[in-house]
Amino acid sequence: MESFLNRYRNITVLLLVIFAQLVLLAVQVKNDQNVRFIRVWTVTAVSPMARLVEGMRGSGISFVHNYITLHDADAQNRRLQAEVDRLKLENIFLTNELNTADRAKALQLFQQRTPSKTLAASVFSMGIGSSRKVVYVDRGSTSGVMREMAVVIPDGIIGKVTAVYPTQSEVLLITDPMFAAGVVSGKTHAHGTLKGTGTPLCRVDFVAFEDKVEPGDWFYTSGDDRIFPRGMPVGVVKSVRPGQPYREITLDPSGMSRGSPEDVLIVVDSVHQEIPDTPPANQQVYLAPPPPPLAPPAGTTNDAAATAADGSAGAPAAHTTPGTEADKMHAQYQKAAEGAGMLLGGGPTGTTPTRPPDFTKLPVDPRTAIPGRGTAAAPVAPVPVQPAAVQPVPAPKKSTAPPVPAKGTGPADLKTTPDAVRRANQAAGGPGGLPQP
Amino acid sequence: MSYSGGRMLLSSQREGQVSRFNVWVTILVPLLALLFQIYVPLFFRFLNFLEMPLLVVVYLGLMRRNPVSGLLVGAAVGLAQDSWSKNPLGMFGITKTLVGYFAASIGMKLDVDNVLMRFILAFFFYVFHQAFYWVMERALLSQQSPFDLTGWLGLGVLNALVGAALFHFLDKLRVTA
Repeated sequence: MESFLNRYRNITVLLLVIFAQLVLLAVQVKNDQNVRFIRVWTVTAVSPMARLVEGMRGSGISFVHNYITLHDADAQNRRLQAEVDRLKLENIFLTNELNTADRAKALQLFQQRTPSKTLAASVFSMGIGSSRKVVYVDRGSTSGVMREMAVVIPDGIIGKVTAVYPTQSEVLLITDPMFAAGVVSGKTHAHGTLKGTGTPLCRVDFVAFEDKVEPGDWFYTSGDDRIFPRGMPVGVVKSVRPGQPYREITLDPSGMSRGSPEDVLIVVDSVHQEIPDTPPANQQVYLAPPPPPLAPPAGTTNDAAATAADGSAGAPAAHTTPGTEADKMHAQYQKAAEGAGMLLGGGPTGTTPTRPPDFTKLPVDPRTAIPGRGTAAAPVAPVPVQPAAVQPVPAPKKSTAPPVPAKGTGPADLKTTPDAVRRANQAAGGPGGLPQP
Repeated sequence: MSYSGGRMLLSSQREGQVSRFNVWVTILVPLLALLFQIYVPLFFRFLNFLEMPLLVVVYLGLMRRNPVSGLLVGAAVGLAQDSWSKNPLGMFGITKTLVGYFAASIGMKLDVDNVLMRFILAFFFYVFHQAFYWVMERALLSQQSPFDLTGWLGLGVLNALVGAALFHFLDKLRVTA
């Protein structure tokens, strides 16, 4: 170093003196932007180094954050995992709340549609410590509940009330071995007795060997037990084995197909219904006739207007029979009275009646006729309206679902997304539209 | 002490002898040159073309043949000239520092006792001085001074003539061994 300075001493001194005077100049002189050169030069000289230092600092900090302090990521991962778990629980809770609301709506709609008077109840306890399949509901004698009342849900029957307390009741489920109820096959009307087996499946006893029952057939309550109203769905046949003198039939109860129910209906006033000819999931869709025109043309009679409203020229006047049961019955009595030359509620029609009307021989609608009971007069059968635009709901190959109100709300459609199922349930309100638990 | 007469280039560095001056000469001569540069043009405007401090720096650099000494004398004279002018400090200082350095460096190679060589060097350093000052004016002060090369050459000749006479006078102030 010393030899270097000795060798280049002159030029070194020259550069030092020149540099010193340049600095002196830079302190005094300003550029066009009124900034002293010493400042411009200093910034110009320092900026690259500052950028370099800043780059190194940023890279160092980034390296430390990304590679050295990774232990924080583990803690953060744990926190996030805990939050995900909490949100999952919250999601399950909210889903259950939605399902509860859907069940309540379905029960309400079922209450409105069934002729039997029912009382909604919630299951609040299971038969803990007991071998019996029982549950406890929050309705008791103060609510009008009595022993041997039927307990149902829209999917089917659940059980019967076996003990009543002031504010709660004990319900014996249909899967209990002590349970028994009268059932009838929907297809062949074969009578039998439903019995619990202690398993999720039930058994139908006392079905005669000659009665034809096949897997997939639906059984309904027969009403013979005086507990369950006739026509309530019970379940679908799972297997049939020949036996002497009775068949061995295993039944999958539709009311228990979704596990133990949480909300049930207690039948406090039974009204028997007809046994459906078709399985609950394969019932035809009813299509109302087209409405009559608002203003009939002048000069036409009411009959002509009704004929025009029917849409079929020359159709008999019976086609205009009102659709309600009371109207039908009124029409039957009116027809019987007219046959005797009398006006129902108005005495003779002008001609002397030859004989009084026989109201014991009224024409009976075959849809409401009880099997085995004859009719004295020819029935005045309303012409069924053929669905024009809406096709019947196709029957699934093997359906264990309860009745569905319309296509798109059946159990097969419940395999779709939960939201779609829930919306379909709320739109249709059918018992078969209950969401999956 | 013998001085070379006919040759301009020295065959070796040992041929060139270092001239010595008294300290008062080293201080007083530049000071007088500065005073001349300041006051004489006030009374004799036609002498404004003379650059007496530059000629003194060139002479001292050539005679002393020491680059460090030459650049220090140039820096001192230039800064003093800046301090008496309206220029920022360092304009003349840097220029004359370079002149003193190069004059001392060239003085080691040339026979600076030759009159013609002295004339040429005085002319060259005057033009170099003016050109470098013009560059610094444009670069540092952003002053758009005209590039008057013809004027620089003409004034360079005049300064070289004056410088040759001045150098002859200053030779008498050297310390003889």
